[in-house]
Amino acid sequence: MGELVVDKHVKYILSVEKRKDSFESVVLEHLRMNGAYWGLATLDLLGKLDALDSNEVIEWIMKCQHESGGFAGNIGHDPHMLYTLSAVQVLALFDKLNVLDADKVANYISGLQNEDGSFSGDEWGEVDSRFSYLAICCLSILHRLDKINMEKAVNYIASCKNVDGGFGCTPGGESHAGQIFCCVGALAITGSLHHVDKDLLGWWLCERQVKSGGLNGRPEKLPDVCYSWWVLSSLIMIDRVHWINKDKLVKFILNCQDTENGGISDRPEDAVDVYHTYFGVAGLSLLEYPGLKAIDPAHALPVDVVNRIFFQK
Amino acid sequence: MDAEEHKLRLSQDPEWADVTPIPQDDGPNPVVPIAYKPDFIETMGYFRAVYKANEFSPRALQLTHQAILLNPGNYTVWHFRRLILDALGIDLNEELNFMSGISESNPKNYQIWHHRRWIAEKLGTDAASKELEFTRRMLSLDAKNYHAWSHRQWVLQALGGWENELDYCHQLLEKDVFNNSAWNQRYFVVTRSPLLGGLEATRESEVKYTIETILGNPGNESPWRYLRGLYKNDPKSWISDPQVSSVCLKVLSAEANHVFALSTLLDLLSHGFQANQEFRDAVDSLRPSNSDPADSDLAKTICSILRHVDPMRVNYWTWRKSKLPSTVSV
Repeated sequence: MGELVVDKHVKYILSVEKRKDSFESVVLEHLRMNGAYWGLATLDLLGKLDALDSNEVIEWIMKCQHESGGFAGNIGHDPHMLYTLSAVQVLALFDKLNVLDADKVANYISGLQNEDGSFSGDEWGEVDSRFSYLAICCLSILHRLDKINMEKAVNYIASCKNVDGGFGCTPGGESHAGQIFCCVGALAITGSLHHVDKDLLGWWLCERQVKSGGLNGRPEKLPDVCYSWWVLSSLIMIDRVHWINKDKLVKFILNCQDTENGGISDRPEDAVDVYHTYFGVAGLSLLEYPGLKAIDPAHALPVDVVNRIFFQK
Repeated sequence: MDAEEHKLRLSQDPEWADVTPIPQDDGPNPVVPIAYKPDFIETMGYFRAVYKANEFSPRALQLTHQAILLNPGNYTVWHFRRLILDALGIDLNEELNFMSGISESNPKNYQIWHHRRWIAEKLGTDAASKELEFTRRMLSLDAKNYHAWSHRQWVLQALGGWENELDYCHQLLEKDVFNNSAWNQRYFVVTRSPLLGGLEATRESEVKYTIETILGNPGNESPWRYLRGLYKNDPKSWISDPQVSSVCLKVLSAEANHVFALSTLLDLLSHGFQANQEFRDAVDSLRPSNSDPADSDLAKTICSILRHVDPMRVNYWTWRKSKLPSTVSV
């Protein structure tokens, strides 16, 4: 197992372009903004954000912004809530939120709120509690939560709660750790955690830990490093993280490293990618692994970045 | 698709001679630089050109098809395709057929499911049976596909077709009783179907079914949670229904995984259930020989056993023990 191979992971993230013609590269094209967030947030947690020229990144990000205020996953694509949050998060990492017209971005987001309080991901109207989180997290970072109908937004999220204590994508949807993170995160940011049955949800979440020490996202599913983030951050937000076995989870994540070439995969021996590298490192940060920056479980940004946003203005 | 053949097709096709492809602009020195394949570069170059020109034409529709095959996750392409479909007044039933093949090779793609919903919404209630059949086919490939379930729930609520849904859940659970998605759908049906009369009307038969299932696989988390859900907002009935406590007792007396039976009994006790000697004996027989001496408080004994049989969650069971009110002791 060994330790976290920090230098290898840094090298891996910086050298993603060297693997030509991979299936991943085509598929990632339209969601490059997410890739940028995963890669850069990982670098920051590893204390190596300065390995990149922030000006070039920022220039590219701003080229992805549309007239509407929303951001696309890449230049020339359409804006979507998914990429708007990633763009704002990356700017926050670089302490460059000031390049944004915050009201413009906030207007884009508030324009996507529906009558029932839910949010659509883009103008085409797909509704999902994930988008409620994206909207609320983004507006929180921009100090613009007053732009939406908060009461309705919170009530919609609460309506996605299930009898097992978890949350689904829409009312009645199956509880899923990713959706739970989104709903609990949005409720935490808006000071509405009283809608969560913490003990019941905490038990459901700690039941996600399987024999290998890894976490799955739903009953009877395989463990996956990404749930180290979704499950752990939720448990932290409801003060129940001590209910899982931390040592076993740390071992599981470290076992998913490519110790030769860097990067982290979903499960031991699988191929690595930027997405799982981020969730593995972020998970280890939540587990207080030595040498990593602390990460804020609700905003999914390093704690020093979040402090800068909320306590220096 | 063969990359070389495709490469020749667009740039040498006279039909496309009037279009100048627009190259991808990744910005200076990209953060996560991407190496594109030649056919991808070419198709997307032409796509950007027709997109920018708002060209709603049959050839542009065909081009979106090619671009989707190269990357079904690109929602700008899907978006443009919808604009073209609208503008050309294409028969959306044909579009559904076009979708089916793509969906089966990309079952977890958000854009595909969203596109499908857009079509079904336009077609209205006529699309209900087709959509239910389609999701059934997708769920036969992966019975836990979150997108398929989400789509199916939307179809039921927006377009109808509830008649056979409980049967369908039943079939899926016959196939895999550990399928939590099917249990969730079952709960969705009994609580939301306009045909069944809600939880109270269905409780009796559902409790019976759930208990049979639990006895078949006492270590299956889903039916235990489902059983609790059947008494939502009615903890009194949950505690007083002898079927609930007796399934715990039966499981505790059998050679089985006892975690959920013990935790359910613990919940019952915490809510005021009064256990008789039979329960005490059954719990007592599960005490590991090296554990603490039996506590006069049954709930505490249960917590001690759970700490032992479920060591991964030892902190949770310790916490449960610490939260027990002293009044539980009988």
